Amino acid sequence: MAGSLRRVGLAGLEDEQRLGRPCVYDHDDVLLLVKTVTDPPPEGATRWTMEALAGRRNSRWLTFARAVMASKVGGNDLSTDIITFAREQVLADGEPLSYEQIVDVLRLPDEALPTLLDVAHKVRLRWCGPEVEVEGIVSLKTGGCSEDCHFCSQSGQFASPVRPVWLNIPELVKAAQQTRETGATEFCIVAAVRGPDERLMSRMREGVKAIREAVDIQVAASLGILTQEQVDELVEMGVHRYNHNLETGRSYFAHVVTTHSWEERWDTCRMVKASGMELCCGGLVGMGESVEQRAELAAQLGELEPHEVPLNFLNPRPGTPFGDLPIMPTSDALRAIAAFRLALPHTILRYAGGRELTLGDLGTRNGLLGGINAVIVGNYLTTLGRDPKEDLALLADLAMPIKAFNATL
Amino acid sequence: MKEIVNSFCGHCAQPMSEFGHDDCARRLELEPPRFCGQCRRRMVVQVTPASWVARCVEHGEIWEPTWT
Repeated sequence: MAGSLRRVGLAGLEDEQRLGRPCVYDHDDVLLLVKTVTDPPPEGATRWTMEALAGRRNSRWLTFARAVMASKVGGNDLSTDIITFAREQVLADGEPLSYEQIVDVLRLPDEALPTLLDVAHKVRLRWCGPEVEVEGIVSLKTGGCSEDCHFCSQSGQFASPVRPVWLNIPELVKAAQQTRETGATEFCIVAAVRGPDERLMSRMREGVKAIREAVDIQVAASLGILTQEQVDELVEMGVHRYNHNLETGRSYFAHVVTTHSWEERWDTCRMVKASGMELCCGGLVGMGESVEQRAELAAQLGELEPHEVPLNFLNPRPGTPFGDLPIMPTSDALRAIAAFRLALPHTILRYAGGRELTLGDLGTRNGLLGGINAVIVGNYLTTLGRDPKEDLALLADLAMPIKAFNATL
Repeated sequence: MKEIVNSFCGHCAQPMSEFGHDDCARRLELEPPRFCGQCRRRMVVQVTPASWVARCVEHGEIWEPTWT
């Protein structure tokens, strides 16, 4: 019942035929809820909380109250105070926002942005702590990819200026060392492929071994769609985290990629989770998706429960189908950061590609004070990032400690 | 050492003399050049966390540390 109320509002009160006595909420229940929350709060409290409502009535009524507050009652839009609702549901209880609530957050006006970011930041501090996880990434195999991800300059199907190249093992180890010197605890090896073949797996075996012998850093990988055997092999190599993004909400995926399906990505993510490796799974925003589709990605990630969600902002690359799309407005990007934090209160939410263009220095700071608790330092796969010293100085200025290496083990 | 004068834009590969490349210059602050400045060939470019190196089959390598 609660699920249908959240999805479709009061229409969810319409029960289908089923065995036993139906669970019915009528108009009197709604009136009683409104009356209760407009009465003075319980003694000693300054306002009504969900816990107080549950105490006044019962837990069944609490579910109902949450659903009604997330919908529209009698022409009064109670969801306009979605921020208050987020405080009570996400900040106090650690319970993520539903899809409809994420949509409400993404539709908030710019005037509400400071308050929204403040709540998202408090959610991050309460449920994740003050530490920031720092990571570096490198491209082991660049370009020449068989897939047609419309945002990616490494696809072999587009007239992109990026040419194929492989990184050798000494350079790979050097990149890991340089990353570690920034204080980073994670180093992710990325390959532009549909999925790894034997040549790539062999290079991974060699590279991961060489890094683990030379550098104190956790090794992650991003090699596309995996088989169960490849998952098992990566675990055996000592890869502790695997990145595979959903990229976008399921309903928009076919507008972004046609050479493989959203479900194939989902299946790889499920296999990775089941293997014991940490799952890093996120996506991009600003690819022309609707607010609802953006919320859909956040909700689907919530269902998947990855350890980490990297949030990319489209950097339109020359020669790709999305090369002429506009850069996402900063305010929309910040709203997305807060919405993803409120949808994923316990998850590492990482700044990934595109923040330099979309957010700039001030926006980067605002995002760190709006739900982000991890960054990629240094360069990306084919584009350049900020000087790590600038990012580390910003974290110091914000009194955000870098997560220690031993805390990641 | 003789200074190399780029005839072509590393971002868009168009002649530097043809039209303004202000936008290209801004973009090259956040990405390495993809085209050789001397012959406009597409270069093989490897980006690593701290630097990039670009190789033209005719004119060799250029590289730049992005931080030290």
